[in-house]
Amino acid sequence: MAKLEYDSTGRLLFTEEMRKEYTILIPQMLPVHFGLFAKLLERTGYNVAILNNDSRSVVDNGLKYVHNDACYPALLVIGQMIDAIQNGGYDPHKVALLITQTGGGCRASNYIHMLRKALEKAGLEYVPVLSLSFGLEKNPGFHWTVSLIRQLIYGMMYGDLIMNVANQVRPYEVNKGDTTAKVEHWMNELLDRFDRGDGMSRKKMKIILDEICADFKSIPVAGEPKVRVGVVGEIYIKFSSLGNNQLEQFLLDEGAEPVVPGLTDFLIFKIYNRVSDVEMFGGSKLKEAVCKFFMGYVEKCQLDMIDSLNKAGFRAPGTFADLHKLIGGYLNDGCKMGEGWLLTAEMLELIHSGTPNIVCAQPFGCLPNHIVGKGMIRVLKDDYPDSNIVAVDYDPGATKINQENRIKLMLANAKRLAEEEKKAQPAEAVSAG
Amino acid sequence: MALRIGIDIGSTTVKVVVLDEQNKLLFRSYERHYSKARERTCETLRGLRGLLGGQQVRLLITGSAGLGVAKASGLDFVQEVYATAAAVREFIPGTDAVIELGGEDAKIIFFGGTLEERMNGSCAGGTGAFIDQMATLLNVSVDELDALSLKHEKIYPIASRCGVFAKSDIQPILNQGGRKEDVAASIFQAVVDQTVAGLTQGRELTGKIVFLGGPLHFLMGLRERFVDTLKLDSDHAIFPEDGDCFAAIGAALCTEDSAHLRSYEELLDLLEHAATNASPVDTMPPLFTDPADYDAFSARHSAMTVPTVDLAGYTGDAYLGIDAGSTTTKMVLIDPDCNILYSFYHSNQGNPVSIVRPQLQEIYAQCGDRVTIKGAAVTGYGEDLIKNAFSCDLGLVETVAHLNAARHFTPDVDFIIDIGGQDMKCFKIRNGAVDSILLNEACSSGCGSFIETFAKALGYTIADFSKMGLFAQHPVNLGSRCTVFMNSSVKQAQKDGASIEDISAGLSISVVKNAIYKVIRAASADDLGQHIVVQGGTFLNDAVLRSFEQEIGRQVTRPTIAGMMGAYGAALAAKEAGLEQSSLLSPEALVSFTHEARPATCKGCTNRCSLTINKFDGGRRFISGNRCSVPLGQPKADIPDLLKFKYDHLRSLQGKGQGDGSRGKIGIPFGLNMYENLPFWFALFTSLNFEVVLSPESTRSLYIKGQRTIPSDTVCYPAKLLHGHIMALLEEGIDTIFYPCMSYNFDEGVSDNHYNCPVVAYYPDLLSVNIPALAKVRYIHPNIGIHRAKDFEKKGAELLEKEFGVPRRESVKAIRRAYAAYDDYRALVRTKGQEYIDYARANGKKILVVAGRPYHMDPEINHGINDLITSFGFVLITEDAVFHHMSKQPRHVLNQWTYHARMYNAARYVCTQPDMAFIQLVSFGCGVDAITTDELRSILEEGGDLYTQLKIDDISNLGAVKIRIRSLMAALEARDKEKEGGR
Repeated sequence: MAKLEYDSTGRLLFTEEMRKEYTILIPQMLPVHFGLFAKLLERTGYNVAILNNDSRSVVDNGLKYVHNDACYPALLVIGQMIDAIQNGGYDPHKVALLITQTGGGCRASNYIHMLRKALEKAGLEYVPVLSLSFGLEKNPGFHWTVSLIRQLIYGMMYGDLIMNVANQVRPYEVNKGDTTAKVEHWMNELLDRFDRGDGMSRKKMKIILDEICADFKSIPVAGEPKVRVGVVGEIYIKFSSLGNNQLEQFLLDEGAEPVVPGLTDFLIFKIYNRVSDVEMFGGSKLKEAVCKFFMGYVEKCQLDMIDSLNKAGFRAPGTFADLHKLIGGYLNDGCKMGEGWLLTAEMLELIHSGTPNIVCAQPFGCLPNHIVGKGMIRVLKDDYPDSNIVAVDYDPGATKINQENRIKLMLANAKRLAEEEKKAQPAEAVSAG
Repeated sequence: MALRIGIDIGSTTVKVVVLDEQNKLLFRSYERHYSKARERTCETLRGLRGLLGGQQVRLLITGSAGLGVAKASGLDFVQEVYATAAAVREFIPGTDAVIELGGEDAKIIFFGGTLEERMNGSCAGGTGAFIDQMATLLNVSVDELDALSLKHEKIYPIASRCGVFAKSDIQPILNQGGRKEDVAASIFQAVVDQTVAGLTQGRELTGKIVFLGGPLHFLMGLRERFVDTLKLDSDHAIFPEDGDCFAAIGAALCTEDSAHLRSYEELLDLLEHAATNASPVDTMPPLFTDPADYDAFSARHSAMTVPTVDLAGYTGDAYLGIDAGSTTTKMVLIDPDCNILYSFYHSNQGNPVSIVRPQLQEIYAQCGDRVTIKGAAVTGYGEDLIKNAFSCDLGLVETVAHLNAARHFTPDVDFIIDIGGQDMKCFKIRNGAVDSILLNEACSSGCGSFIETFAKALGYTIADFSKMGLFAQHPVNLGSRCTVFMNSSVKQAQKDGASIEDISAGLSISVVKNAIYKVIRAASADDLGQHIVVQGGTFLNDAVLRSFEQEIGRQVTRPTIAGMMGAYGAALAAKEAGLEQSSLLSPEALVSFTHEARPATCKGCTNRCSLTINKFDGGRRFISGNRCSVPLGQPKADIPDLLKFKYDHLRSLQGKGQGDGSRGKIGIPFGLNMYENLPFWFALFTSLNFEVVLSPESTRSLYIKGQRTIPSDTVCYPAKLLHGHIMALLEEGIDTIFYPCMSYNFDEGVSDNHYNCPVVAYYPDLLSVNIPALAKVRYIHPNIGIHRAKDFEKKGAELLEKEFGVPRRESVKAIRRAYAAYDDYRALVRTKGQEYIDYARANGKKILVVAGRPYHMDPEINHGINDLITSFGFVLITEDAVFHHMSKQPRHVLNQWTYHARMYNAARYVCTQPDMAFIQLVSFGCGVDAITTDELRSILEEGGDLYTQLKIDDISNLGAVKIRIRSLMAALEARDKEKEGGR
């Protein structure tokens, strides 16, 4: 069994020995993305498992071990991890936990500490915790390499693209289940190819992205365009079906087409903040240059993805630069904690691209969302009278029925808007004639 | 065209209407469904056979509980706000806004231009259910509450965000003798404020406003409050005849577009045979497996009892204890051997005085000449009032009273939990003193009264209802959050087919879970203690007691007098006092006793305390609600108070300073981190010859000024106040307002990073797009970084040149001066703090370090807690006066906010100083303090010190604050005594 080693501050380290013996548990957020990430980490020499446990005991463990005023994502993620260690069939002495730490001024940077406190409360203080961050905590058994980072970026592109095309096809598929089957097929296919060392260069990625688009294009579809509903919000609640009570499925069931902006912009946003910090307040020019370079690379990959979508005739999201342009006049670069200005920019982009119906999903009492979510809805309504945004709070006590009722109101409005538009169009045609 | 049926199934009622082709109302009904929504609807529909039988009709269901029914029966559904809007468009054209209150929801619909709807979110106070709860609290029917409210003279501020808060606001008013009429109107006002503040979110409520929904249909007093508050005349306040059924009417109108044509019989059939899920999804194991199990449990607990002695046959001394609790009054008379001679437990119906007096007379009558009352002690919310009214010998804080009593049963008790009707308290006992008090003052509770309200709503008595749960096979898991949420969970469970028994058990379990995980936040039984005593009326409910034992996996002590423990503890204290003679009013004095209570507002200072002036016979007076001694005709205690010093100093930083003001006026809103950074900006702007105009001092009315522009109703009060500050500056005609965004604060070298909290950092951005009037002035809210002094000289000068054309060289000089001024201010606080510490030590006084954010010095935010603290004889200093004594140390949290880092260090410093104690002020809704509180607690507890937290909100109820401070005092005294003993 691996020896427990601590750093000078008393933090339990993830050692080289642990890398060989331990399984790193990662909470689920985006099934496609995280599945690919897990594979890429495994190939680099880590044992990884993505957690999909979602029973009531996840929330119960969260409530039990996390300060109840903490945000819901922290409660869920930590609850999920502890539930997995206790009931998931793992040897508690052979697991490590991985959690993100963005290092921003939001509470999210403290999740890792809440997790450690929770582990201590649960008598699991011997479980090492890894911080997925820009260098906040280091561990001898975990190293970032340029090639791993690059591969993870490709993984994110595959994930974003698959999510994007699946969302565009699924509401219209003729044979129910085609799209989901295709998603699974590509998941497995990509994992196989990764195993063969394929698909892990930018050149290869471009080809595969095209291949995926073409394959999804081949799914038989039919029907009138449905009301499109954008989903934005706090990153975990926005993406995780555990966090948002299967929001995407609900929207599908209600006859809408969900539009979910991807993960890529969030990553670029987080890197860009480091650049803009230096520009606004001063700081290391070297750090700025490194971040700029990194950001540029991800942006190039994003362009590849957008190209593929466009070529195949899918609706493509705007680039990070497009989003940044849209936010002018609303918020500026300084507003960077949590999802920061990006969240508002995503709402703007949705409105501009013909999806004025939006669910803004956040944990109850989310601090940045007071500003960038709820705080901006009014001005968007003033500037874009057709915008139809509903803010929905998620927490362990909120019932699904109330959330769905609010979303239904937004959908009723959306449908009326769509009908009014339909009625208005022929009239215009007549007058033009 | 077919007849159209609209059915609105709300959280508590079902409304059914039938419309003909001309939109004429052929039928309407409004009935409570007692959670049997579908059955109730079926019954009403069956009654319509005469009208609808054999016809093809269209039917549409709407309403918050309608979705489930529609889904289960395969009928068509329309969202209720959408339906309401349709009805209003049809029948009341020209409407600008609709305000609709329902059982559990509140909505505003804005018309004109595009339709815009607002519904209450997860945080739902101010609804019909809230009014019901409040009526129960006052022990009147809702109609009586309405009638009372129309006779009000005064409105008290009451929070309606959550029932728990409102209860804790109302209770002291009642206990202090406030008039029911005024309280009733205040409850309605709270609903109005909640609706207006929570739902308008930046839009003005003007023009023609239609009021809908049950409560607004039936309650004239509520109508009056709305009309008054919104300043509407009769042309602009519309209360339609069928306002309680509008959503149903709207649903009927919408059938055209979205409902299938079906025969009446088919519809009825669909509804009657709707699939209800056989078993609820989420259940828990039963409380008792069999009656034998229960019998053993009962036997074990009934052994924990106090002998009673028949008063009629007793001769000798006796001691009286009175617990004037929040909803009930308890009295216990004991003999010198602590046996109970007489006990009394009664709901006090909001007026404990009128309950205590006849009881005292009764006791005196039974005592005759044989028994002498040698001491009388009082505790509980109504302590001061009762003590003064009846001239009791001593008053003691509730926690100490409970500890006295608990110790009688379990001498080595180390944890006490008391769940009463409205409140929950728990505390640990360490070294014989009360420690770590936890009260349910956050957004939730689920205390005893919740079960009671629920039992009543379902038509049971509380006793019957709770018994039903004992042998429930599948208790429903209802979660552990606030009562409003629990209401919807119950609704959902019922929809899923849970039985009353299962729900009863589920409610008991959730009360317990709430206590353990939400209030105590314990991870295991060991977190609580080895020897746990449970008490309070709610624990007399066996289902609650059992689930508590099950949840913590340990047996606890529940005395048979669980509901009387406060009074028993007070009686024990009266005995301990060992008085020769009690000052309690004599039987003769009781005959001529009179009591009259009158509300008043103290004008002694900006706190504007809501006072209650109680007059008793013979000119005796008792004033309550005060924080200091000014209204009692005595000067304020002259004890050093650093919060006050800082506040006064900062308020003086306005005007032209050393400059000549030639560059014009610049407005600065005095809020959030301006409390800390003002010295910087004042020096900067006055050096550049600007005149600094500070927004006025925060007050409740200043808050109301900006209330309508607040987009997020769950943000903290200090942030909400900013809207009022901006409005006030605009009203003063200031045309340039400066309020910068700051991600980063100063780096003081004691933390890992030095952020501001996200709300503090970006609130200026939020204000710019949510206060429309700001667009008409120059509102300067750039992102700046004063944490990098050298860089800021350049960046700041650029900004000042761009905005005001100030030459760069001049700006750089001013910026340097600003940094110096800021440093001077920080130094001043430290020097002054040291001076106060020296004073305390020279005068033998204890020092209380009040830690929080800079803005907690605002009297409107701290509600004069500082005055209260000094009135108890503490010298008050703040965290920023002492944190510099400690150097940086690794923490168990990411130490990344400047102000937090100060608190961590200050707490560590307090641990090294035997004459200092620590109190943390936390604003309700402060997300980042969810992190600091646990960390501060562990710092202090590891250092052998006590952690006390005071949670503050927009409402100034200091009841809980007093309990904490007095318990802290009692604990400090015990600690000192122990030290002396050890010497």
